[in-house]
Amino acid sequence: MGIYLPIAEISVNVFVLLAMGAAVGFLSGMFGVGGGFLITPLLIFYNIPPAIAVATGANQVIASSFSGALSHFKRGTLDFKLGGVLLAGGIVGSTAGIFVFALLRRLGQLDLFISLLYVVLLGTVGGLMLVESVNALRASRSGAAPVLKKSGQHNWIHRLPFKMRFRASKLFVSVIPVLGLGAGIGFLSSIMGVGGGFIMVPALIYLLKVPTNVVIGTSLFQIIFTSAYTTLVHATTNQTVDVILAFLLMAGGVAGAQYGAKAGQRLRGEQLRALLAMLVLAVAIRLAVDLFVTPPNLYSLSAAGLN
Amino acid sequence: MAGPRAFAAAASLSMLFAISPATAQAPPTESIQIGLSTDAISITAGFSGADLTIFGSLENPDPLIARQGRYDVVVVLEGPPRPVVVRRKDRVLGVWINLDSETFENVPVSYSVATTRPLQDIAEPAKYKQLSLGAQNLYLKPADETDSPATIQEFTAALRERKAATGLYSENVGGVQFLSQNLFRATVRLAPNVPVGTHKARAFLFKSGMFVKESSAQLEIRKSGFEQSVFRVAHDYSFLYGVFAISLAMLTGWLGRIIFRKD
Repeated sequence: MGIYLPIAEISVNVFVLLAMGAAVGFLSGMFGVGGGFLITPLLIFYNIPPAIAVATGANQVIASSFSGALSHFKRGTLDFKLGGVLLAGGIVGSTAGIFVFALLRRLGQLDLFISLLYVVLLGTVGGLMLVESVNALRASRSGAAPVLKKSGQHNWIHRLPFKMRFRASKLFVSVIPVLGLGAGIGFLSSIMGVGGGFIMVPALIYLLKVPTNVVIGTSLFQIIFTSAYTTLVHATTNQTVDVILAFLLMAGGVAGAQYGAKAGQRLRGEQLRALLAMLVLAVAIRLAVDLFVTPPNLYSLSAAGLN
Repeated sequence: MAGPRAFAAAASLSMLFAISPATAQAPPTESIQIGLSTDAISITAGFSGADLTIFGSLENPDPLIARQGRYDVVVVLEGPPRPVVVRRKDRVLGVWINLDSETFENVPVSYSVATTRPLQDIAEPAKYKQLSLGAQNLYLKPADETDSPATIQEFTAALRERKAATGLYSENVGGVQFLSQNLFRATVRLAPNVPVGTHKARAFLFKSGMFVKESSAQLEIRKSGFEQSVFRVAHDYSFLYGVFAISLAMLTGWLGRIIFRKD
């Protein structure tokens, strides 16, 4: 069944979009990520203009992260204070990102920049996670008890000033890395159309040493607001949010997410991380190939006078 | 653009059936008229391209020439003109990057042609250039005319090729058929991604390879009801639209949890 997307201005198949949403929703429910990093490239592969894919991806992320954050809120695995500080940084980063987005679009380099960011970030994060989780899997298989991080163990981040106490996360850290992390994620959110969970989650675990059980809920909580802000700014400055497209993705996504979450509970933490790492790497490789392989069309058209 | 080009589409059908029965006065000057059955087309949610039929008539045709099939008609449906940037990718350190670009003014977003015979069989190529007729002969004005002719030519060719590849520039050879000595029917293709706006239908009459006359009519293509409203709200009330998009996402997320709850 075809449907005409009013903002993207093309006809697409409803079932393809619902299935795309459901598949990504399933994975995002399983891994506790928003799924924006999968949705945006998929939409671009499906010939949706990148500018619209990014803005609509941000909109779709709200639905899945809101749904996910609700479950974590009920289970009490959500640190509002930590989320709030991350969010403050996120708003600043997102605003900067929107300006860069508009500038790159004028210069005709938006698509390249989006792809490069995806390749670099997904490649790095995916690679690191894979190494870490494979090591953890090996350690548990060889029978040795998993090495737990001692609470007294500190790194350079814990020596920074302006410390703040985050009770729910059992943390006492400087606000500088928290704000910085929030800003970085906000910037990526507006340029890549992602919630940033795939960076936020490992950063909170490995850099800030936030307990794993509160990480996902807190990350989802801040992603709701960062992507809501991003959606609003894209809607007002670029008019690139397609609600019909977003709704189809969300409808498939929320359904898939609930089943994914259930499937995720049956897998162990290291296995889950290894799978997510491989998924992230696969997307990165697919996008990298596109950058280096001779494109079928060297020429592209776009409307002039965009601002 | 006065004279026959200002021909009102709405009046065309009545014109069609009001053809004067050639009170043969020598020398008869042939002319051409076209009519559209509607002056507006709405694109609905399920639009996946369509054929648009345009009827037209020859006035005062020479029966002998008509019988020998030496009248040719070319019908064009031309989309609204817009400025376009053509970019070329080049390899930098192994990565393909948009480097050179050329901006063209007033490029018709779409350009569908229907002809009685292949264009090269109807008239001399120079004639088409002069008339700016046919996707290959259409004059595309570069915004910066100081660029080298080779560059302009390269980007012009690329622009035409991309437009043809996306179905926006199409040619339907044999798409114009004479139903009688006077009456013809032209079928032009509307691509699935046909742009909205005012399109211009133009008909060109050729006699034995010589251009005789041109006639035109206007056609409005717009998004129908719901899609149109969404588009307009997104542009005119963008803030409210953004708030709506966010609320819809939250509502969907919340409902999804209630409906599919597994915990």
